[in-house]
Amino acid sequence: MIRGLALLLALSLPQAAAAQPLAPDTKHETIVTGLSQNRVQITTNYEGSDILIYGAVKRETPPPEGPRLEVIVTVEGPSQPLVLRRKERIAGIWVNRAAVTIDSAPSFYAVTTTGPLPEILSNTEDLRYRISLGQAIRAIGISAEAENSGDFVEALQRIRMDENRYRMAIGRVQLLQETLFRADVDLPANIGDGSYKVRLFILRGGKVIDQQDRYIAVRKTGLERDLFNLAHEQPFIYGVISLLMAAVAGWAASAGFRYLRT
Amino acid sequence: MQIYLPIAEVSINAFLLLGLGGVVGFLSGMFGVGGGFLITPLLLFIGVPPGVAVATGANQVVASSISGMLVQMKRRGVDFRMGWVLLVGGLLGSFIGVRVFAWMTALGQIDLFVQLSYVLFLGLIGGMMFVESLRSLIRSRRQGVALPVKRAHIHTWVHRLPLKMKFRVSGLYISLIPPVLIGALVGFLSAIMGVGGGFILVPAMIYLLGMPTRVVVGTSLFQIIFTTSFTTVMHAVNSQTVDMLLALLLIVGGVVGAQIGAQISVRLQAEQLRILLALLVLAVCFKIALDLLLQPSELFSITPLVLP
Repeated sequence: MIRGLALLLALSLPQAAAAQPLAPDTKHETIVTGLSQNRVQITTNYEGSDILIYGAVKRETPPPEGPRLEVIVTVEGPSQPLVLRRKERIAGIWVNRAAVTIDSAPSFYAVTTTGPLPEILSNTEDLRYRISLGQAIRAIGISAEAENSGDFVEALQRIRMDENRYRMAIGRVQLLQETLFRADVDLPANIGDGSYKVRLFILRGGKVIDQQDRYIAVRKTGLERDLFNLAHEQPFIYGVISLLMAAVAGWAASAGFRYLRT
Repeated sequence: MQIYLPIAEVSINAFLLLGLGGVVGFLSGMFGVGGGFLITPLLLFIGVPPGVAVATGANQVVASSISGMLVQMKRRGVDFRMGWVLLVGGLLGSFIGVRVFAWMTALGQIDLFVQLSYVLFLGLIGGMMFVESLRSLIRSRRQGVALPVKRAHIHTWVHRLPLKMKFRVSGLYISLIPPVLIGALVGFLSAIMGVGGGFILVPAMIYLLGMPTRVVVGTSLFQIIFTTSFTTVMHAVNSQTVDMLLALLLIVGGVVGAQIGAQISVRLQAEQLRILLALLVLAVCFKIALDLLLQPSELFSITPLVLP
């Protein structure tokens, strides 16, 4: 394991030079990172995929005294705007009443850390880098749309956590001797196409010392891709093919059964 | 065996989908209903997004209806002339229905509207059918012979309407106006509720038009093929929500199920068949009514916003 990491570390060294330290007074600690795969191909039998995110802290001087080094890894799927609705009871029937529009919410969001977020990340840094789940969802101006608008964002988080689309994995980043770290994130089976952004942060005393971004390209391939493209580029032809398929299958079953009986 | 569906963007067990298609196809072949009012809620239940469930459900109904109709055709159980007349009304009705649907969607109350229509029509038709078929079943038991269905053969104002036409297969000589109106009502409801409309059409043909039960199932399937084909292409063009892979699995299960269902329906008495269909319709109605009346476990719902 360690040997593998060291090898991968060596491979990703040239990229480390490109990573600029964020603040001049902490530049003696930077991160070098890599992913087990930067492409996920969705085939017909796709059932999800495990991504190994690893990295190392590079420093010229010994680790500084004071607060411990902490690591946060986020994986974020493509965002989209949403409408959230709340049901209320009117005349004995549960009806959609209040609604708010969320400007953008990620389709997938996983936060993996070395410790509880409030302890390792200060509020100002969270606001700046939009790390916690609440920050990743952009819901500006919803308080004017409905009463208790906070409940809507909470409900969004709750529903998507139940669907395994949003995750908080506290203490799931393994950190060795304040230098090597790894996090495992499994992408679920119910994801769509797009560029998934991986962000890695190292922190001390609630402050981000260095950040690096990586991308995972999730794409449909083969039959999945052909069908998806046809449906979007030639919708009428796609519809007619769907009908033909239905007609042929209907006829074939009828003919087949007649043949079986005679 | 998990399979990833390209349009629905979820991964679902292939055998589950085959089985689901089979069960719905079986009922479709047996009762002459498309099964749309069953397949859509079932797909939603296993995690298919609502838009994909409605559109792909319609595509599956096309296949099982064709399969079922071919069996009926062999037995001269399709009144094509009546089918075409119903269809003219149906296209008219669905044209209006699509507009009302768009209007209700803009108001944000389409879910409620659809659910209320389900409860109202399923409850009304299921209840009427249940009472009627139970009565005739008891009557036939008591007298020891199966009575023919009470058909609307008494001459009423309906028979004085103009534009009379002969329907030889059904043995009817009636005005075109009632079938066109019934077709229009079914088309309207199927556009709004996303179903073929067989559960409305079957009892309407028996009780309102007075058609013999023998041709009702086949003729209903004939009309359903066209309405659901129309719906499928409309959804494919407007919202790209037809999932061909999902449809294929449902269809393979569905056509086999429809064949078995059609064979069994031949062996059952007409009263028994109607009582079973009535119970099925009432069960779905009851389930939807409960959803409206009981407090849902999750009050909030998420709808992706489609960018204009």
